[in-house]
Amino acid sequence: MKLVLNGKEREVPDRISAGGLLEVLGLKPEAVVVERNEQVIPRSRLAEVALAPGDQVEIIQAIAGG
Amino acid sequence: MKTAADMTEDLVIGGHRFRSRLIVGTGKYPDPDVMRRAIDASGAQMVTVAIGRVDLDRRGPGNILDQLDWRRYTILPNTAGAYSARDAIRIAHLTRAAELGDLIKLEVIGDQNTLLPDVVELLRATEELAKDGFTVLPYTNDDPVMAKRLVEAGAAAVMPLASPIGSGMGVVNPLNIQFIREAVDVPVIVDAGVGTASDAAVAMELGVDGILMNSGIALARDPVTMAQAMRLAVEAGRLAFAAGRMAERRYAATSSPGAGLGTRVTAGAG
Repeated sequence: MKLVLNGKEREVPDRISAGGLLEVLGLKPEAVVVERNEQVIPRSRLAEVALAPGDQVEIIQAIAGG
Repeated sequence: MKTAADMTEDLVIGGHRFRSRLIVGTGKYPDPDVMRRAIDASGAQMVTVAIGRVDLDRRGPGNILDQLDWRRYTILPNTAGAYSARDAIRIAHLTRAAELGDLIKLEVIGDQNTLLPDVVELLRATEELAKDGFTVLPYTNDDPVMAKRLVEAGAAAVMPLASPIGSGMGVVNPLNIQFIREAVDVPVIVDAGVGTASDAAVAMELGVDGILMNSGIALARDPVTMAQAMRLAVEAGRLAFAAGRMAERRYAATSSPGAGLGTRVTAGAG
């Protein structure tokens, strides 16, 4: 299915969970935060939340800044 | 009245206690190793980070959190990139989900050239985030009235700018920084615009409680040495403030009364 990931349209497996997506991308859940349609997904719920076609997903982390 | 000993004790912000009155950022360093050594040299115990997208296409230098020993530091996430209360609140919730602690440096920018804060949105965001249990440190302008309003809205400290972010111009409005110091009871942290050591000392001599800086260290030719200079400057400025400076006067007053051999001509314009 298609969804928008960090501002870019991408193809991902159907009915994948947020946790599953992180695994596919090689990202550790402890290092990032996932937002789906501007709603933050708590880390404990990443495996439960199923993504849907057209979802706007943001994968965010702490970065350098002042 | 506080004694010199009182004034050099720990900096307390919300529930957090710090020996160091210097807070530093992690941005704009030439490389992670210089960043790590400069932060170490600064003696800072609280360090800021920003929040941004993971680069999914190119695995860059990796997460900033991997490059520092976070057992040594308190993290102060900022809401850089926010131009509205809504953006800032959204970023704050991301920091909470990332388990980065309760502190938040609240930046809501009103103008892209000056990066001056939009204080209307800042106040709105401060109120909502403080109610939501964040320890809010708002980056604000040098207006003592706004500083008071931010404290009434629940800010745990106020962080007035010395001059625009990244400008290195030092304290351009010392009078107003002093007014802010007098207007609020929470810690006052001068944040933004410190360019060299004397700027930090000048700010501390005005009686503020701490300094937050990033470019002043990161953009120096030798950031590690500048970090050391800033550490000393913040300490020196605090001690000078605690010591109570001599009064300024327009005309001279000799440092050697009673000196000379009796042939002294009376000085002055008569």
